[in-house]
Amino acid sequence: MSSRGETQLWLAQRVSAAVLALCVSVHLATVIYAVRGGLSAAEILGRTRGNGAWLAFYALFVLAASVHAPIGLRAVLTEWLRWRGASRDLFLLAFAVLLLFIGLRAVFAVFA
Amino acid sequence: MKVFVKRDSSFREFEVPRYPSQTVLDVVTYIQRELDPTLAYRFACRVGMCGSCAMTVNGAPRWTCRTHVDKVALDGRLRIEPLRNLPVIRDLVTDMSAFFDKWAHAMGKFEGQRTRRDDFQRVRPDDEKRKQVDAAIECIGCAVCYSACDVARWNPDYLGPAALNRAWTLVMDERDKAHTERLRAVAGDAGCHSCHTHMSCTERCPKALSPTASIAGLKREVAKALLKGEF
Repeated sequence: MSSRGETQLWLAQRVSAAVLALCVSVHLATVIYAVRGGLSAAEILGRTRGNGAWLAFYALFVLAASVHAPIGLRAVLTEWLRWRGASRDLFLLAFAVLLLFIGLRAVFAVFA
Repeated sequence: MKVFVKRDSSFREFEVPRYPSQTVLDVVTYIQRELDPTLAYRFACRVGMCGSCAMTVNGAPRWTCRTHVDKVALDGRLRIEPLRNLPVIRDLVTDMSAFFDKWAHAMGKFEGQRTRRDDFQRVRPDDEKRKQVDAAIECIGCAVCYSACDVARWNPDYLGPAALNRAWTLVMDERDKAHTERLRAVAGDAGCHSCHTHMSCTERCPKALSPTASIAGLKREVAKALLKGEF
């Protein structure tokens, strides 16, 4: 890949990492808060169903993870499996789409 | 003292007498002169200036001339191998061509703006960029950092800490005119973005430089160039 492409990926990795740091913190704080006095599906759905703020938050979380994970996996595939070129990047694009799809499906499932 | 020296694929054991202030290079020299004249190794200055005697000593890359046996012997034993991440020519001698070719790929050559008829371009010693250069400039190309680098092991195309550190000193050199071109050269497929910041290079550099910091600087400058549309 070109220097420009590599740098864009690096920037995307850094920006998504910053977003993830925030999202993971909020998510963990919510989990710790929510499990006080037991955890039930009804309670979780009560919080997320029809709530646009949680929908937006978790959609952003999924988007950041879908950007971040494939770029990191790219280095692993390159260094450990010596897998390079267009086939690797197509595989990673498919992986990103998969993460985005299953992530957003889960987010919509607790919203709708 | 028992010394195990890597020869081809196996280790050969030697018994070497101990002396006060003995260096690992003294040990290797003793073996070659007294025990096995066929042993191949490389050295020149013996005082930490030339960077040619680096080897892997008890698992870590070091200048053998500046490494006292006292400091590194484990249970009175030494295990001496050639530098890692470079092809071995024979015994303890590695082929450094790939290492130095990467300096060229990272555009490690100064590209001046002035001719011999122009006056000197003055660079203030307290200039922020000049301070960055000062922090990284003392590299003598011994390849200890390259040998310590995990990424260089996993990705043979990786430019490596020394070449990137050299590029950084030129990127921060205001007299150099190949700025953007050099940033492009170091940001490629196996360039500065491949660094995982393990810091083994910084840990092992005998000159106490931090190639890791230089590489981080390159990542910043490259990102700035992209955002400014210079790429």
